This record gives sequence, structure tokens and C-alpha cells, in this order.
Amino acid sequence: MSTPETTHESMHVDPAERAWIRTSIVVLVVFAISVTIAGFMLGIQVPTTEQRVNPQTIQDAPPWSEPGVREIVAGEQYEVYVVAKRFFFEPNAIELPAGAEVTFYVTSTDVQHGFSIRDTNVNFMVIPGEVSKLTTTFDEPGDYPYICTEYCGLGHAVMFGSVTVTP
Amino acid sequence: MLTDTTTTPVYELTKPDKKFIGWHIFFAVTALTIGSLFGPLQALEHAGVDLYPRLDFLFVEFNGVNSYYQGLTLHGVLNALIWTTFFITGFTTLVVIRGLKRPLAMPLLNRIGFWSMVAGLVVAAIPLLGNKATVLFTFYPPMQADNLFYIGLVLVVVGSWIEGWGFMLTLWRWRKENPDTKTPFIVLAAVINVVLWQVATLGVAVEILALILPLGFGWVSGIDPQLSRTFFWFTGHPLVYFWLLPAYISWYGMLPKQAGGKLFSDSLARLAFWLFLILSTPLGFHHQFVDPGVPAGWKYVHSLLTFGVGFPSLLTLFTVVASLEYAARKRGGKGLFGWIRALPWGDGSVTAQLLAGILFIFGGIGGVANASYNVNLVLHNTAWVPGHFHLTVASAVTLSFFGICYWLVPHITGKPLWRPQLALASSWIYFAGMLIFSNAMHTVGLLGAPRRVPLGLAPYVPSEWNGHLFRVAVGGSIMWVGLMLFVVVVAVTAFQRKRLPEGEHIDVPVAESLDDPNKAPAWLDRWKPWLIAMVVLIILAYGPQLIDQIAGIESTSPGFAP
Repeated sequence: MSTPETTHESMHVDPAERAWIRTSIVVLVVFAISVTIAGFMLGIQVPTTEQRVNPQTIQDAPPWSEPGVREIVAGEQYEVYVVAKRFFFEPNAIELPAGAEVTFYVTSTDVQHGFSIRDTNVNFMVIPGEVSKLTTTFDEPGDYPYICTEYCGLGHAVMFGSVTVTP
Repeated sequence: MLTDTTTTPVYELTKPDKKFIGWHIFFAVTALTIGSLFGPLQALEHAGVDLYPRLDFLFVEFNGVNSYYQGLTLHGVLNALIWTTFFITGFTTLVVIRGLKRPLAMPLLNRIGFWSMVAGLVVAAIPLLGNKATVLFTFYPPMQADNLFYIGLVLVVVGSWIEGWGFMLTLWRWRKENPDTKTPFIVLAAVINVVLWQVATLGVAVEILALILPLGFGWVSGIDPQLSRTFFWFTGHPLVYFWLLPAYISWYGMLPKQAGGKLFSDSLARLAFWLFLILSTPLGFHHQFVDPGVPAGWKYVHSLLTFGVGFPSLLTLFTVVASLEYAARKRGGKGLFGWIRALPWGDGSVTAQLLAGILFIFGGIGGVANASYNVNLVLHNTAWVPGHFHLTVASAVTLSFFGICYWLVPHITGKPLWRPQLALASSWIYFAGMLIFSNAMHTVGLLGAPRRVPLGLAPYVPSEWNGHLFRVAVGGSIMWVGLMLFVVVVAVTAFQRKRLPEGEHIDVPVAESLDDPNKAPAWLDRWKPWLIAMVVLIILAYGPQLIDQIAGIESTSPGFAP
């Protein structure tokens, strides 16, 4: 197949723009690598698919019939089950020791909510029909409020609870 | 005189077309005016000044808390959905007709589209104003608004599709008539945006028609909220490009002319738009980084794709700044940065867009943080997010549209801009308010303040947030003053009796380019490869998850009134 030379067209790119394009690509690749290292080598992870549930029957059986703290290894490993409903969390007060690995499991029995614990990376959507899960460690003793971060109705602004971390 | 006045227009739009465009702008600005009333109320509420009880006549079902969320819903729907869609379809009408120097192929089609948008707005307004659709502009199921709200939204979107078909048909006709000419850049860009919109809105169309309305009409007993979110955000991100690209059309294709220069590179401008077409949609999971029902691996893939769409944004930054520098140096500007002072800062239209661009640099930087997979954990649903999108949709987009209105309204009405100095002041005031507001919102968001909460009522607000919340109130109020100045200038311009002197005419500023568009490579004027690339990328990025989530649908959530 032959193409006549005369129809050949090429794109004119200014040298300064060429340099900018190269720089842009490098910058974006650096961002992508940073996120990758933080996520997959340092383990700063986002929630992933955990479990589908029925929001209408979920509280009929354990663990959701009795939400709260489960001690797996005393002082070292805990699981916390939290149910979000309009307009409160069950439980709304949690006590945990500093330095322990804590995994939060949260679900909703009505509309969408959010769950965010201040000064931690625990911040995710709570969606009826799904279980949200994230693990964290509280290094410093103190009070850590957790709040609803998705509009869920008239009482949204007063939907909160508190983690008390003991030494 | 502001912008360009000529005695011999290059191509004169017909009176009915000008009037038709004018109706778009009328509804757009009216929506913006009403929607923005709630902005300072929200901002002041955060600082502990609750004005809602004094404004109970605005709300059908009065109650202090109720009106905050109802106001927030109106603010989001009217500003983010109605002001943008109506302005953009009107502006696109102007760009297509003036760019192709040809009337619309089927004016009736566009008129049907437009009036169905208006009908949709009216239908949606009934439950919105009656507090029957206080679900915010994301209307996440299983929270349920009155069915009329969704039907109204569908009419608005379908109307915008029909107008879009009118634009595509017009371009198609023009290409038949002009087989050897490259499509003018502004028209190519405007129609790319139209196509982007048609594809993007498929997500929310499926969400409403297949999931929400069947529940609303009682045909099914439940809905799958996670699947609904996935469809919503399929639309949600390209939606922001649908808002942004018309501003880019002005920055690339009009602003250089207004500043006295030329478009630095026509080819790269086209390339940027094609890249936006193919990259804007397949990355919606970056709005769902903390959703429980989406696998982390796919979130990561969409995070990388989001960095990809950063590339045409960076191209845009270079080309727009280079075009402005070229103009400024022609005007005698000197120095590495000194040329900036030589830009026509006395022109309200130019200044609005320059300030929009400056704010957008901060918006873009913040956007990189949002896109970053795990960095998002400290930002998600905090005040940072509205802080961010006020720099994008409420600055880059809205402030640019202000600037466009300052020549567009005189152009279509044949009347001179009323008080150009006030037009100039409006942008600076809005800009100053936005700097204070967005900085405070970003900061208090990083400290953990949630979005969408009347913080004046929240029991968990620590005292360290108060200074920032005060700045939110100050900035938000200043912005509102700037915005109202814009509304007054545009309204008086349109409704005054004074006309432009006989024979004088304000033309649409269309920039020439430094390189010859007809020497640009042919692949920059061909639709097929880019459309195929778009579809393939969407299938690759969304296909597997859509199949998984649809196959695993569990419609177990009954609806709840807000």
C-alpha cells in the first residue's frame, strides 16, 4: 500500500511544550508510584468487598444482634461491630486499649451512613446490604469521636459516638 | 468598550436563535440566583448564626433542621445541575452556529429538547420546594424523594440529549457540506462535550429508570444501594468534565482573542479534548474509594486512570498560559512573570476567566489528593470536598461562565454591558470570597469536619474548628455579594432599554491559532478511532465490575423518606 508523501501531516509541538509534556508524565507517574507504595508496601489500604447482608434481618442473629467489642487476644487484638441506624450508632461508646489492633465492622439497617473516627484513617461509607471493614491501631490514649459522615435524614448532625482509648 | 465591537459581524445569528440562546441563559441565571441564596445561609450556620428561622416563609414545612437540608438540596440541584446544564446547552448552541457559520440542522429538535428541560425543571421544583425531595443532589437510595423529583431529572437529562442530537446532526451536515475543511476547534470541542454527556448520563439514567423509579412506583419492594451508587458515579465524574469543558472552550478558543492574541497550539487543544472524551468516564470508582461493595483492586485501577486524565489537564494549563503569554507580550508585556500585568485586567470578561483559572490551579492540586486512592481516607466526606468542588464547578466553571456572559448577553441582546466596572468588581469580590471560603473548608476538612452537616447543631464540634468555620461564613458571604453583583449586571444589561449604537455589534470572540488548523494531522479530526477508544476503555474499566455487581444484585433495602 502506498501513501502519497504530500498528504503526510505531522503535529507541530513547540520545544517548551514538549518539555512540559515530559515533565507532566513524570509527575503523574511519581504520584502513581507514591500511592502504590503507600497502599501495597506500607499497608495504608482502603475498604474492599467484605460481605453482603440483608439489612432487614441482620440484627436477628450474632454478631449483629449484639453489636460491640469482641476481644480476640487481650490487649492485642479486638473486633468491633457497629450498627448505624437513624440517628445513632450501636454502640455509641467503645472502650479499647492503646496499641491493640482493632478491626471495625460496620453496617446499616436503613439508609446510607458514613463512619469516620477522628484522627484515624478509619473513614468509610456504611451502606445497607454491605459490611464495611477497616483495621486500625490507636497509639495514643484519649477520646476519639466517631461521626456519621453521610446525610441520612433530619437527625444526621447528632449521630455520633466515642471511642475511649485507655493506656 | 468591553471586548470586541465590530461593525461587520463575521456571521450574524438570526433573531430567533439569539432569543433561543437567551432563554437558556435566563433559566440558568435564575436557577443560580435562587440556588445561591442558600450558600451564605449554610456558611453562616457553620459559624453559629442560624438565619433559617427568620426565613421560614421560604420553606413549606418549617423546622430549623429541615430547612438546612432542604436549602442544601436546592443549592446543589439548582447550582450544580440546573445552572450548568442550561448554560452549557445555550452556550453550545451559540458555539455551534457561530463556529460553523451555519444555522442548526433541525432547529425544532433543539427547541423540543430545551422545553423538555424546562418542563423537567418545573416538575422537579414541585417536590423540591415542597420539602418532598430533601435528598441532596446525590439522592442516594434507599432514601426516597417524591417520584416527581426523579421524573423531572429524567426530563432535564433527556431534553439535554435531544438538544445534543441537534448539535451532532448539525455538525454532521456541515461535514457533508465541507468535506475538505477541518471542523473549527470550538465546534469540535463543543460536540465532543455533547458526546461525553450522552455517554456519561447513561449511568444515572439506568439508576433512575431501572432501580429508583420501580421502587418509587411500588413495582419492587427493595433496591440495591451499592449498585445504585456505582451507576450514579459512572455519571458523577464525567459530569464534572461536562461542566468544565465549556470553560476550557472559552479559555482555549475565545480568551486568547479577547486578550489580543492567538491560540498557542490548535493541534494540542484538539488532542486534549479527545483525551478528555476517552478518559473522563472510566474512572468513577475514585468517588467510591471507601465504598464497602467495590473491590480495592478496581479502586486502585481507577485511581491510576484518574492520574491519566490529569495529563490533558496539564496540557491545558500549558497551552492556555502560553496563549495568554503570547497575547501579553504582543501588548508589550515583559519579564519572566511581568507579562501577566500586561493582560487586559480592565476587561471584566477577561478578568473573570483569569481569576477562574487561578482558582482552578488550587482546585486541580486538591483534586490530585482526592484521586489518590488511600490519601482520600483523610478527605472523604469532609468539608475538604465541598471546598474542592467550589474551586472547580463554582470557580473554574461558574466564574468563567460569568466572564462569558459579559460578552454573550450583549451579543444576543444587542445591548451594551451595563456598568462594566461593576462587572469587573463582581469577579474580584467573588474571587476574594472564594479564596477565604475554600481555604477554610479545606483546612477544617483536614481537621475532620464533615460535609453536609449543620455544624452549628452538631454536638461533636471541637473549639479548634471555630476560627475556620468563622472564615467559612465570611468567605461564603463575600462570594454571595460578588455573585449578586453578577446577576444584577447581567439582568440590567438584558432588560435595559438602551441599545448598542446603530451599526455597532459585539461579536463572538473566536481566536485564531498560531499553527494552521488545516495542517493538523487528520486523526485529530476523525471521530471513529476516538469513539472506539472511549467504548473500549469503558468496557475494560467498568465491564467486569458492572457484570459482577449486576449479577450479584440484592434488592433488600426498602425505601425511606428523608
